[in-house]
Amino acid sequence: MAPLLEVSGLKAYYGATEALHGLSFALEKGGITTLLGANGAGKTTTLRAISGLVKRDGRITFDGEAIDRAATEDIARRGVAHVPEGRGTFTGLSVEENLKIASYGRRDKSGVKRDLDLVFSYFPRLKERLNQQAGTLSGGEQQMLAISRALMLSPRLMLLDEPSFGLAPLIVQEIFHIMRRINAEAGVSMLLVEQNAALALDLADTAYVLETGTVVMSGPAAQLKNDEGIRKSYLGY
Amino acid sequence: MTAVTAPGAPTADPARNITRTLVIGLVLMAAALPFLVGKSGVISNFTFLQLSLMIVYAIAVLGLNLLTGFNGQISLGHGAFFAVGAYTAAVLIETYGVNYWLTLPVAAVLCFVIGYLFGLPALRLEGHYLALATFGLAIAVPQMLKYKHLEPITNGVMGINLMKPDAPFGLALSSDQWMFLVVLIVAVAMFWAARNLLNSRPGRAMIAIRDNTLAAGTMGIDTSRYKATVFGISALYVGIAGALHAIIFEFVSPDSFRFELSIAILVGAVVGGVASLPGAIIGGVFVQFIEKYADAMTKKLTQAIHLPLELQPWTLYGITLIVLIYVMPGGIAGGLAALWARFRRRA
Ligand SMILES: Nc1ncnc2c1ncn2[C@@H]1O[C@H](COP(=O)(O)OP(=O)(O)OP(=O)(O)O)[C@@H](O)[C@H]1O
Ligand SMILES: [Mg+2]
Repeated sequence: MAPLLEVSGLKAYYGATEALHGLSFALEKGGITTLLGANGAGKTTTLRAISGLVKRDGRITFDGEAIDRAATEDIARRGVAHVPEGRGTFTGLSVEENLKIASYGRRDKSGVKRDLDLVFSYFPRLKERLNQQAGTLSGGEQQMLAISRALMLSPRLMLLDEPSFGLAPLIVQEIFHIMRRINAEAGVSMLLVEQNAALALDLADTAYVLETGTVVMSGPAAQLKNDEGIRKSYLGY
Repeated sequence: MTAVTAPGAPTADPARNITRTLVIGLVLMAAALPFLVGKSGVISNFTFLQLSLMIVYAIAVLGLNLLTGFNGQISLGHGAFFAVGAYTAAVLIETYGVNYWLTLPVAAVLCFVIGYLFGLPALRLEGHYLALATFGLAIAVPQMLKYKHLEPITNGVMGINLMKPDAPFGLALSSDQWMFLVVLIVAVAMFWAARNLLNSRPGRAMIAIRDNTLAAGTMGIDTSRYKATVFGISALYVGIAGALHAIIFEFVSPDSFRFELSIAILVGAVVGGVASLPGAIIGGVFVQFIEKYADAMTKKLTQAIHLPLELQPWTLYGITLIVLIYVMPGGIAGGLAALWARFRRRA
């Protein structure tokens, strides 16, 4: 089976600075892949490059089609949903409006309604707060909103940038549990960036380790979890 | 399943109904004013002109508010679009004898196109750089209006004199009273359109872009096209305000539209309250008030409190601005809303 996302020789630039130096990896349909790496390794940049949010070079194919020249909004409409670092809440809009933004480009009204029901089944807490201004939500609720907003694109691939950041362990558990369900039930593949390597390796089936803009190690998540180097550098035991 | 209500759908919010009734009542009262006063002179023609100018500036401030308050793009150059609108009206009326009503859509379209085209390259500029680019526009336009080869059209530094239109249908209204009505009608239409825009999907998208441009892009919104279009719409508003200004003020010249005007519109938007429709009205009043009275008030104040030193004309303006920004960081509209909320909690 051809991979859902294939990245080869990916370079990314901030101004004149090259932040990714020819990254290659592939992501299987239906799977959860995690990108690990120290601060500044280029994890966020990799997700941004896939979404077309930074200047990039190299080859990116999604479901067999090249997206390395496509505009951000086109990539989103093709089914790549980006849950950004820092959640990217539209603070001045209500929860409901945040959710509906994603469906503006969609023609299938019934699909939108179905996805909204799906979102509410995963995060009933959001349903209770539909009219609340999104900027006043708690951190955990904003992360739920970010994932929900991405779900409203009816995506085939979700790019998740540190969804656990700054959240209490209990909320993190809840959110990761939902992410597993979204993957299993809605069939959404995921590319997950995490500082919390133990958590990420538990959820993911495949893992890549980045160091200063290049892949230095990859393999099944279970295998990396037992790797001594990974344990020392990222798991801390 | 909760049906997700369409944006802007009527809700059973009583505060909103009160506001609506209040707004409609005020507009009707304002519209009745010229008829009630008639030729009695209770309110002078000069006062009607002042009121009209306030409304005109409110439209301009609203235009900038759409761009800055609701879309997060800053402009220090909107006086340029005001000038383009004003000259469009003046030239069409004086040189080509066009009816003044018709100059409004022409000014609107022209300013939209210029604004859109200016907005396109401006997309690459963020924050400070966009401010500088627009500031350049504000500096350039008055100079261009003086340009020798444009003189046959613009009449150079001399500017163009106009005649205020008379009231039609034999209405017993003075020109100033009639134009007050015209300006009021246009303003109501433009505020209504802005409100509907902001309550629509594109309006939500505008705000999303303001709050987080990158995230808006990843939600499938074409942020570039949106930003350029909002720039165009914003210019359109200011252009119509400029056209109305030319008609009621009966005069345009390059020096009426120096960069101070751009700053005044921005100050009006900030003082009134950014991202607030009522704030735009307050901002319009502020712009006109400052233009007219800051000088005189500074002088009066100096005499009244026997200041031993000579205050510069704009001193009071500066002081007012600093105090307002400190006391009401959300603008006057924001400050009033906060006061009202406190009052309701007490009650
Ligand atoms: N907007 C930017 N402008 C310039 N350089 C940037 C920018 N964003 C990131 N970088 C640089 O690119 C490199 C990769 O950064 P990136 O944000 O992708 O790291 P990361 O792996 O996500 O780190 P973290 O775990 O801290 O989030 C770093 O050297 C960083 O300094
Ligand atoms: Mg990062």
